[in-house]
Amino acid sequence: MRMAPGGPFDGERKLPPEIEANLLAAYNMDQPLYLQYFDYLAGLLVGDFGPSFKYKDFTVTELIWSGFPISFELGMWAMLIGIIFGIGFGCYAALRQNTPGDYLVMSTAMAGIAIPNFVMAPILTLVFGVMLGWLPAGGWNDGAWQNKVLPILALALPQVAYIARMTRGSMIEVMGAQFIRTARAKGISERKVVTRHALKSALLPVISYLGPATAGVITGSVVIEQIFGIPGIGRYFVQAALNRDYTLVMGTVVFYGGLIILFNLLVDLIYGWLDPQIRYE
Amino acid sequence: MIIKRSTLLRNTLRTAAICALGVSTLVNAQTLHRGIGGEPGTLDPNHVSGNWEDFVVGDLFMGLVTQDMNGNSIPGMAKDWTINDDGTVYTFNLRTDTGWSDGKPVTAQDFVFGIQRILNPATAAKYAYVLYPILNAEAINKGEQKDLSQLGVKALDTHTLQITLKAHTPYFLDQLTHYTAYPLPQHVVEKHGNRWVKAGNMVSNGAYQLTEWLPQTHIKARKNPNFFDTDNVAIDNVTYYPTEDRAAALKRFRAGELDMNYEFPVDQFSWLKKNMAAETRVSPQLGTYYYPLNMRNPKLQDVRVRKALSMAINREIITEKVLKTGEIPAYSFVPPGLGNYKAQTLSFKGLPYGTAIKQAQALMEQAGYSKDNPLALQLRYNTHDAHKKIAVAVAAMWKKIYVKTELTNAEVAVHYNELKVSNFEVARAGWLADYPDAQNFLSLLEPTPNNYGGYNNAQFNQLMNKAAVTLDPVTRAGYMQQAERIAMDEFATIPIYYYVNLNLVSDKVKGWQPNLMDSHRTRWMSLAD
Repeated sequence: MRMAPGGPFDGERKLPPEIEANLLAAYNMDQPLYLQYFDYLAGLLVGDFGPSFKYKDFTVTELIWSGFPISFELGMWAMLIGIIFGIGFGCYAALRQNTPGDYLVMSTAMAGIAIPNFVMAPILTLVFGVMLGWLPAGGWNDGAWQNKVLPILALALPQVAYIARMTRGSMIEVMGAQFIRTARAKGISERKVVTRHALKSALLPVISYLGPATAGVITGSVVIEQIFGIPGIGRYFVQAALNRDYTLVMGTVVFYGGLIILFNLLVDLIYGWLDPQIRYE
Repeated sequence: MIIKRSTLLRNTLRTAAICALGVSTLVNAQTLHRGIGGEPGTLDPNHVSGNWEDFVVGDLFMGLVTQDMNGNSIPGMAKDWTINDDGTVYTFNLRTDTGWSDGKPVTAQDFVFGIQRILNPATAAKYAYVLYPILNAEAINKGEQKDLSQLGVKALDTHTLQITLKAHTPYFLDQLTHYTAYPLPQHVVEKHGNRWVKAGNMVSNGAYQLTEWLPQTHIKARKNPNFFDTDNVAIDNVTYYPTEDRAAALKRFRAGELDMNYEFPVDQFSWLKKNMAAETRVSPQLGTYYYPLNMRNPKLQDVRVRKALSMAINREIITEKVLKTGEIPAYSFVPPGLGNYKAQTLSFKGLPYGTAIKQAQALMEQAGYSKDNPLALQLRYNTHDAHKKIAVAVAAMWKKIYVKTELTNAEVAVHYNELKVSNFEVARAGWLADYPDAQNFLSLLEPTPNNYGGYNNAQFNQLMNKAAVTLDPVTRAGYMQQAERIAMDEFATIPIYYYVNLNLVSDKVKGWQPNLMDSHRTRWMSLAD
């Protein structure tokens, strides 16, 4: 980060050297790097990420805690929709492999993956916000549900598509496995074969995808946040790096890293529950 | 010589009366939804550095002098003032009928405190240098003078403020409209420290007071009941939106969620002109888009090369075909439209482009370049769609005069860092005026930090120094015109176009006037039903 050219105080206008010196001193940046690093670590221990260079009236902790609950809420809804519809569509397609229904679901899913958020979100606002006028075109409006619908939808669509594709693939594989044939041979109804036996194993790859994906989705999306004007934390990942807002970059990275660890741990626990072979004894 | 600015006062009263007429027809509480184009980094007037912040801070605070709806300077917190004979001592009589939003009176001491704070090196204010014309301001900000009381800003009594300058500064009153010179509520800043800017803590003296700030969502403000002109302020509440994404802002504007927005997506300009002509406001601005030439580079020390490079750029093509958003081709460094200043244009202005290219080719040939021996030049720009398009167009135009252009781009922080250390040959830069005065532009060609190209002409500097100490505005403008003439004849830099202000303003919003400074204080506006 510090090796990237430019600094937090470089802008369209060159500052007189004495003013730059004042700024560097105010942010402890006139000290050697290792001292700054130890200062930072000492701060981290007590949960202090330091002040933001760009958003001077807020500390990094304040920015993360004001944005995270919002990103978390939207992300969780999006993941929930993604899981329910993704698994549903995936199973539907897998059980009707190579039928028109399968092709329809899979081509829609491919489109869902191929159309990026920055295309989908403006289309949604244009159709539902401007043309039909059913929902607000943007803004947070203190968290009114109307303002959440479109961003959640925009976040959920690619997840539905990914999860559907993944579920279909692993479901088809599992349905051909030996133990399914055994289950059928025992005379268990097809419904039970699918829900009790096949789905449980078919979900393993989906679950391992869900860990990091959830961490990614609940930390917001810079595209969705800018287009809908949502005060999440997604934008800080990108803007902070561009602004050379060192403390904010570090803060968001440390925070995101923590979430990834947490969700991977959850995934491991769910594994054990789904597949007894993986359990620690 | 004593100057009384009573005409300014009359103007205020007149505009106030016009506003009052507008107000009488409205009964319900009015809320203005205003897109400001970016998330403020801060609302502390000592740290503000961008116009998107100024839109908010300028509604919350008011300096000794302020701006009317046309961007002209009018008395603000000062009722009137006197200036001594050599133009170095200003004595301001403050209003007694106005207060901070918590009811405390605005005193001369609040101004002393605000200006001392911004100059204090411990505050580390970016824009402190704007106040360097004040006696000892520079020494204090550099840490050479530790005693803040040595600053040339003194409270003579509760409502009389005296500012002493180090030398006569003709644009000083205009500078006082800038946020660097706002008073600060000493009682609040001392109580809360740096957290005084938080909603709930902040107290302000302008037409509005801060009620809420949700980062990346909105900032809310409501009328300050203690503001002297509060009865004539029509809009009761303002909600500011950090509309960074211009395309999304346009959709919200079309959906009626925003009443106005700073800027619009330029690639949709032709659509806007066709479908929302009345609401799409394009007006000239006090700013120049230019290419500094690095004078330390031997290739560019040849005036013939500099002239040819400037001549070969077809500015009309750039504004009309490349940008297509109403920009004005620039043939002078100082934009037109300044009161008593006549911008000095490049000698080849008005020449048909075909002729200009032929002359430019001849100049290049004289300088020893030809098709087989082209001049290799690097052109730097900061990553942005429009900058790229212009650079590509310029490279194509330069090709005709035997220039092989290498385009290099970098994100904005890196770009300006390279300019700062003079690591460029030709580069993209832009300048928007801090105060409406030619000196603000011409200082970019004096030995100052923002003189990226390092242009240094003794005669030019001498004229600028003379202008700096000249009291008579006409004589002073004359010196500056002579200075710009020299710089233009030496092709010190390549002006390309003058910036324009882009705004979306709903028909409902009354009292919005286009102006050079793009100053639009909410206090002058109202909403029609």
